[in-house]
Amino acid sequence: MKTAVVVFPGSNCDRDLAVALELVTGQKPAMLWHDDPELPDGLDLIALPGGFSHGDYLRSGAIAARSPIMRAVIRAADKGTPVLGICNGFQVLTESGLLPGALMRNAGLDFVCRDVRLEVVTTDTPFTRAYTPGETITVPVAHHDGNFQADAETLDRLEQQGQVAFRYAEDVNGSARNIAGILNAKGNVLGLMPHPERVVEPAHGGTDGRRLFEGLLSVLA
Amino acid sequence: MKARVTVSLKPGVLDPQGRAIHHALEGLGFGQVAEVRVGKVIELEVADGTTEDQVADMARKLLANTVIENFRVELA
Repeated sequence: MKTAVVVFPGSNCDRDLAVALELVTGQKPAMLWHDDPELPDGLDLIALPGGFSHGDYLRSGAIAARSPIMRAVIRAADKGTPVLGICNGFQVLTESGLLPGALMRNAGLDFVCRDVRLEVVTTDTPFTRAYTPGETITVPVAHHDGNFQADAETLDRLEQQGQVAFRYAEDVNGSARNIAGILNAKGNVLGLMPHPERVVEPAHGGTDGRRLFEGLLSVLA
Repeated sequence: MKARVTVSLKPGVLDPQGRAIHHALEGLGFGQVAEVRVGKVIELEVADGTTEDQVADMARKLLANTVIENFRVELA
């Protein structure tokens, strides 16, 4: 399984994501730079890491979403290549238009950094197929702008079409309908605020994130 | 010439920063404030002849996130 991690100026979870991908797939991901105009051929997965790309200037993910590599990522996503955005990567995906809605300042205004319980809502996707529907998993969050908002019509559509992948089991940041992660309509783009790459081996204190990568491996390898 | 883009949250979008500021104003004794909304002003130095439409295009493509924000363009 050929994977790539996109690194933006200010990304800081790129290494964690690369380590998790290598652990599960057995292959080092290609590390791509925001300024690269093209992607390597034959990628099975493009992953956008967490961090503070471009210092969160303007809006979180706004500048990164307009970088040269994102034009190539959008083209690849349109052709069906799976794209995973975690935390700042999720913000980049909403800012780029690959996912609907927006991630705003946490309702409590605090930076929230702790383990949270998540409900796996949709398992009919390459990202979540290794979980059972309705299962509760524990994954850490670390963000200031994770408050997912969209208009009521968009939220209804996301719920009706099975595009809500993960939901917080409690109110974490004020997100509409406690949404923690969503898919695009085709199901090949997932964005989520929690960090599955931080819980992939027992030494991390949990392994609930590992099955996200294993699920991808089982369909893409 | 200068262009000014004022970006504000759409009505109905929760503004936790505005709420915190409102709370602080009340703490200072300003009881007459009904609501606070926080936005941003972006000032651009642009080539003479730049049109309002061109600046609005910049706002739509980058300066504002039209999912949650409105914008207003002024040329001076």
